Amino acid sequence: MTLDERFTRDFRETRGDQPLGTRNEIVTGPVSDWATDFSHLEPEWAADPYPIQDDLRQRCPIAHTDRFGGGWLPTSYEDVAAIAYDTERFSSRSIIMSNFRPPRELAPVGGTPPISSDPPFHHDARKLLLPVFTKKEVARREEATRALCHSLIDAFEGRQDVDAAHEYAQHIPMRVIADMLGFPQEDGPRFREFIENALEGVNRPPEERMERMALLFDYLLAQIRDHVDNPRDDLTTYLINAELYGRKLEPSHVAGTMALLLIAGIDTTWSAIGASLWHLAKTPADRRRLVAEPELLPTAMEEFLRAYAPVTMARLVKEDMHWNGVDMKSEDWVLLSFPAANRDPAQFEQADEVVIDREVNRHVAFGLGIHRCVGSHLARMELRVALEVWLERIPEFTLQDPAAVTWAAGQVRGPRTLPLRVAYA
Amino acid sequence: MKVQIDPQRCHGHGRCYTLAPALFGEDDEGYGQVIGDSAVSPDQEHAARLAVSNCPERAIDLVEEA
Ligand code: HEM
Ligand code: HEM
Ligand code: SF4
Repeated sequence: MTLDERFTRDFRETRGDQPLGTRNEIVTGPVSDWATDFSHLEPEWAADPYPIQDDLRQRCPIAHTDRFGGGWLPTSYEDVAAIAYDTERFSSRSIIMSNFRPPRELAPVGGTPPISSDPPFHHDARKLLLPVFTKKEVARREEATRALCHSLIDAFEGRQDVDAAHEYAQHIPMRVIADMLGFPQEDGPRFREFIENALEGVNRPPEERMERMALLFDYLLAQIRDHVDNPRDDLTTYLINAELYGRKLEPSHVAGTMALLLIAGIDTTWSAIGASLWHLAKTPADRRRLVAEPELLPTAMEEFLRAYAPVTMARLVKEDMHWNGVDMKSEDWVLLSFPAANRDPAQFEQADEVVIDREVNRHVAFGLGIHRCVGSHLARMELRVALEVWLERIPEFTLQDPAAVTWAAGQVRGPRTLPLRVAYA
Repeated sequence: MKVQIDPQRCHGHGRCYTLAPALFGEDDEGYGQVIGDSAVSPDQEHAARLAVSNCPERAIDLVEEA
């Protein structure tokens, strides 16, 4: 098969014969009891999930819900780790807990390899990405990232009131990943819509979601075709040329991986930068200490990742089984809360406090086991540079109004509006 | 004292080569590797312990030499 043939037709046309997966009734509205009716999509969870998780860890360490067609929520570090490691019994075929379960036939590849893949395919799909995302590789982007952060602050410098989520945090991962994939810089705002649909639009009607998903794939296909015609030194060209089992990748694998990088790379890092700035805005002692001791930032940053871990994943139970005292059914969801694991007092001292010089910190913000975040080195570079530049240029800042901060609902949590009052250096 | 990484457990979080760059490096795929003869000099002991206590996979061991 030549490259041209791979991408001239819309690969989705060839998927017409695939089974459609299963949908269940969408249930929304206030949660009656978090132990038996939890929903990570309700406003109470978005506003402050930690008290809910702490309470569950004590009285019902594996909570249940009938929503989303049935699912479980373990809140102890031990259970979260055990599930992350147990890829035999928990599948990654879908990692977003919603009202739709993709068809079983999709395993072990899944719609967006490698995050949606199970062994043995997972290993090979992941291996393709690892060399491009090592610490050494991403270090090459540090200078450009630093310049970008400065230019974002230049744009609002002098103004007292700034929305740090919209005017700062959001742009950093968007531009970095668009540059890596070789997309036009001005397309940044469009990615935002695609991501919002995938991660935050889970309870919207399926027709609407499919329409929006189609927009993302139209966009990706156009970019791929442009790269086939004009190859360059970027990630899109790398994926188009990459080989697996002696053959070039399927078009759906190329586009799926690009979609994954966009979706996995932007909201997540945006959330981590935003949550760190939010913490520093409301905790003057920590802010002053970091301004005075910038060498502490790498340690402090890990603590922000622990305490405000932005990412929760999901798994699907493969077969009916009795697991740690509960009866799990085949196709039940498990909401894999890395944030809850990170606040388990059995694993972390002073688990509910932010200790910016914490020395022992085996947090799991980037997951555990074979799906460890491929972008973790990139995300850490972006987070460190974003905070370094901010603290250097804006050593003093506070929340304009704590109640005005809004948080994303769903499996990626971080501030979406973060109005700050700032003073420049 | 020596450090060792269990390659079965290591998933390339890179905490070790960030916290103790004199003792650990990364391979082409980002997995941790022990540099040189794996011996930990006294001035590297603190860094070695930091690496151990920040590896999320508990893949690093400090072993006393016999
Ligand atoms: C602070 C920011 C980020 C956090 C907290 C985060 C968190 C995570 C977590 C917890 C997983 C594990 C998924 C699972 O167990 O099912 C994961 C996987 C992944 N992340 Fe990230 N991520 C971040 C940024 C990024 C960035 C910047 C990229 C790339 C551009 C990225 C790409 C990926 C990919 C490709 C996977 C799938 C790995 C696999 O399944 O083998 N992430 N991420
Ligand atoms: C190959 C083309 C794809 C098609 C035709 C497609 C279509 C769909 C459909 C029909 C749904 C169900 C909506 C619902 O009823 O809730 C869905 C859900 C979803 N899609 Fe896609 N999709 C594709 C690829 C992707 C890719 C590449 C991503 C990137 C990350 C993605 C992410 C999601 C997510 C996160 C959901 C939420 C529910 C879930 O699958 O667990 N999809 N998609
Ligand atoms: S910190 Fe642990 S998991 Fe990460 S590279 Fe080092 S040994 Fe491997």
